[in-house]
Order: sequence, then C-alpha cells, then structure tokens
Amino acid sequence: MGKYRGNVEAIKALIRETEVHRDVYVDDEVFALEMEHVFGNTWVYVGHESQVPNHGDYFATTVGLQPVLMVRHSDDTVRVLHNRCPHKGTRITAEGCGNTGKFFRCPYHAWSFKTDGSLLAIPLRQGYEHAGIEQSHAVLGLAPVRHVHNYRGFIFAKLNDVGPGFEEFFGESLTSFDNMVDRSPVGKLEVAGGVLRYMHNCNWKMLVENQTDTCHPMVAHESSAGTAIKVWKQLPEGSKKPMAVEIYGPFMSSYEFFENMGIKVFPNGHGYTGVHHSIHSDYSAIPGYYDKMVAAYGENRAKAILGENRHNTCYFPNLMIKGPIQLIRVFKPLAANKTLVESWTFRLVDAPDMLLERTLVYNRLINAPTSVVGHDDLEMYERAQEGLHVDANQWVNIGRLYEPSEQADMTAVINGTSERQMRNQFHAWSKFMTMSMQQAG
Amino acid sequence: MKVPSNQDLVDFVLHETRLIDTHRLDEWLDLFADDGIYWMPLEWGQTDPRLTASLMHEDKLLLKVRVERLKGNRTFSQKPKSRCHHVLQTPQVDKRDEAANRYVTWTPMHYVETRLDQQDLYAAWATHTLAVIDGTLKIKLKRVDIVNCDAAFGNIQLFM
Repeated sequence: MGKYRGNVEAIKALIRETEVHRDVYVDDEVFALEMEHVFGNTWVYVGHESQVPNHGDYFATTVGLQPVLMVRHSDDTVRVLHNRCPHKGTRITAEGCGNTGKFFRCPYHAWSFKTDGSLLAIPLRQGYEHAGIEQSHAVLGLAPVRHVHNYRGFIFAKLNDVGPGFEEFFGESLTSFDNMVDRSPVGKLEVAGGVLRYMHNCNWKMLVENQTDTCHPMVAHESSAGTAIKVWKQLPEGSKKPMAVEIYGPFMSSYEFFENMGIKVFPNGHGYTGVHHSIHSDYSAIPGYYDKMVAAYGENRAKAILGENRHNTCYFPNLMIKGPIQLIRVFKPLAANKTLVESWTFRLVDAPDMLLERTLVYNRLINAPTSVVGHDDLEMYERAQEGLHVDANQWVNIGRLYEPSEQADMTAVINGTSERQMRNQFHAWSKFMTMSMQQAG
Repeated sequence: MKVPSNQDLVDFVLHETRLIDTHRLDEWLDLFADDGIYWMPLEWGQTDPRLTASLMHEDKLLLKVRVERLKGNRTFSQKPKSRCHHVLQTPQVDKRDEAANRYVTWTPMHYVETRLDQQDLYAAWATHTLAVIDGTLKIKLKRVDIVNCDAAFGNIQLFM
C-alpha cells in the first residue's frame, strides 16, 4: 500500500488553510485517488446536447479517465454510457462523434445494443445456454452511467452513488450557465466552430486555479497583450481598434481593475471572477444584437442579461465557462503531470454570426496551441511542475487575502485578487476526495 | 518584375522559408502584402476561416505582434528561444493568372520546431497565393495545412 490510499488523515493533511502540499500536483497515487474519488463523487461535464441532435447521434469523451459516450436515445433523451463492449472490452464508438443508427454494433463480434445501452442481440446466442450469461456483466449491455443530468442543454454525469444531488452540488452557481443561455434571443445554444485541443505537461489543477488567478495577466501576458497594445498604437491616428486588440488589451489592466472586478465563491468549490465588471465588459456592440434581445425579453430583462459580465466561472472539478463570450474549457486530466485542455465554442441561436466570429477570434488568440497568451501560461505551469520537486519547500501558497474568519462552503463576494476561490476548490477537493474513502484497518 | 516566371515563384517560396529558419522575421514580415494573411486551419479541408476555428488566421498586425513579442525581454516562453527547420519538396506552381495578378504554389514540407530538449516534427502542405506589388512578389495568403491539424498539440511558437 502507498502513502495515501486508505489514509484519510494523510489526504486531509495535504490541505491547510492557506497552503497545499505539492503532492496534490505531482504524486501519482494522489492522482489515481482523484480519479476514483473527486471525479467519481462529483458532477463532471460530459458534453452539450447540441452535439447529438438526432436519434443515434453519439459523442465519445471521458469522465476523469473513464471512457464514456453520450448518445441521443430513441425517446429523445441524452444517455451517457460506459464506452466498452461488455464482451471483450472493445471501445464501441469508432470516432469521436457520429451517428450509429438505431443500435450500436460492436465491430469485433457483432454484439449489438440499443442506444440506451441494453443488449439487443448476440450472434449464436445458443452457445451461451449453459454459460450463466443471464447472471454476468455481459448481459447488462453497455452499462449506463447511473447519474446523468441535463441542465439547459449541458450534460453532466456522476459515476458514484455517493456525493450530492445535482441541484445541491451546483446551487446558485448555475446562474452562470443561465446567463450564457439567456444571451440567445431564443434561449438556446449550439456547439459551433470546432474544438481547440492543447496538450499541457502539468497537473490539471494548475489550469483550474489559473482561471481565477487575477494577479498573473499583467505579468505573464505582458509580452503578448502589452506588445499588441504597443503595435496598435503605432497605427495611424484614428484607426479603428481591431477586434484582436479589443480582446488582448484588457489582459494588461491594472491590479486595481482586477481588485474591483470582484470574485464570488459558492459551496462545493464553484466560483467566478468578474462580479462587477470584467475583461469582457468593454467589447464593441454587435450590430442588430441588442434589438433582437429587447424584442425577445423586453428592455429591462435584456439589459440585465447583457449587463452581467462574469469573467471565468469555475465549476468544480474541471470545467470553466465564459458566459459573455459563450466559450467553455474542459481540463481533462491524463496523468499527474499531463492535461488535455479542450476549448469549445457556442453559437447563440438566432443571434448575429458576428458574435460567434468574435468568440472564435478569442478562442484562437487565447486558447490555441499557437496562442502567444497560451505559450506563456504553459511555460509557467511546466516550470511549476518541475519546481515543485524541490524538497526544501513542499508547500504551495494560496493565502492571498485570507481572513481567519473565512468559512468554507459559503457563498461570499470578495476582492477580485483574493485567492479564496483556490482555497474554496481545495476545500471541496478534500471533501470529495475523502467522502467515500475507506479508512484502512 | 511585372510577370514572374515559374522559377521566380519557386525561388520566392524557398527564400521565404530561409528567412523563417534564420530568424530574419522583420524581412519575412515584409514579404506579406498589406492585406496579407497567414492561415493555419484547424479542420481537415477547411474552407471557412470566419465561423470555423483555426489555429492561426492572422493579418499583418497580428503577425507583427508575434514578431515583436519574440524580441521581448519578458517573453518567458521564449527563454531560451525556439529554433526551427524546414525541409521542402520543390514548390509546384498550381495556378498562374497574369491578368488577375494571382499565382498559387503548393509545397509539401516537414517542419521541425525545437526548444531545450524537446523536438517536434510536423508534416504540412503550404499553399502560397502571391501577387506582384510595386514590382516585387508579395504574399496575399499563406495557408499551412498540417496533416494532423485536428490533433492535440503542445506549443507551436514559430512559423511553419
């Protein structure tokens, strides 16, 4: 047995009020336990229903390290199934997405399954007459993930039976999803534009923490955002500010800007930056969009929806969404030191195309493997992944603007440069990590 | 030059690559027309750069930001700097439209980018759309299709 399995006290000791032990980022055993517990006991994002509009449409992905597929069943609901043939283990889906028709058919031995996962047929079934198949795993077909929830089109799954229900887990934090969806005049989103996939040689939590780290943009991104402003200022007087400069520019905002932006934290590790304003507040209006919103919602409600400018909302454990620009990032853990970052974009149904165009420009400039902003972030993560092996100091500090009266699992609004959301995440991490852990005797 | 020969077009592509590999990026930038674009699609056979994501779709302003950034003192991901190397097949002239002043070449290539102990190899096709402007050839569009354009990549920091 290793140091951490079956040792609740050792796991809890990794998280202190204002610091966390480096093993949460570098230790392989801790990583394996995260996959079992943190990614088992919480509601993890799977995909969006618009990816599977028709019966038989599927999308293959992972929850933690578990291969799953999301499929539109014949009763119109979206199901999440474990993505392996119950026979020999073959992954059922051929590609990342597609349409399987009325049933899945394993390409190895032609076992077939309905799109709710139930077993449809086995060739030469009489060969199993005395094989006890009715009592085996095999007869269950493609096992469904037991806990699945569709929130306004976003599909989440919880692998284990322990852990809170969907509404209890997310609570008021769901308002960030609401705002993103409400920005469509018809209240509907569609995945659009393609997904940017960016490989990171670092722990997944570094990426999550960075989403609410407001003290790094003006430092780490000076070379990109600062240079963009400089190059733009060399253009002739009166030149229109390009969309790209509108996007890069606010990364160079002052500490004061980020302090006043505010952070809101919620129970269970969720929280967002940009309570009062954000780097997305001052984008140019898109012609025709406001009028459509007013026609759909009335002026007051339209103003309220568009006046909300949340920056990054983190949903524990590994999802971040940007409501005002309809972009989400999924931080997929592959190993303690390896993370795949997927950045997905959405079209606001019935809104002008130019909104999607801007979202795609943002995604390309900030989240692509070719992004000059991404390059400097990744450099920091990889250097941290290396530096954390220093034995002389084994602790990572997350104490900025800590207050001794601070309580965990609370809703609170705080200064925008606080590291409280990081503390909030690690409190949730400790809770869900140990929730179902059996103490070794 | 008013009408470029096929050899002029081939020489241009070879010269362009040499400027990238030798880090003469200000001169490289000058090869682009004022409305020139560098495009690296994300999707296999992509036709739309606007409502489909790309890895890069940059005008001269954005390319200049990259080139200036590479010179910066606080460009942390370039300390130490990346290096790169191209191996090209002979560029093929696909289209010559003298009346429209439009010339298209197609160049299969291998591109290597290195930094510290890391070396990454990419296979790609470069399609150059060129025009004669004020007597010299300029890039209207350089399109780089990476063979595995939809794969998950680490940092790609220089120019293919």
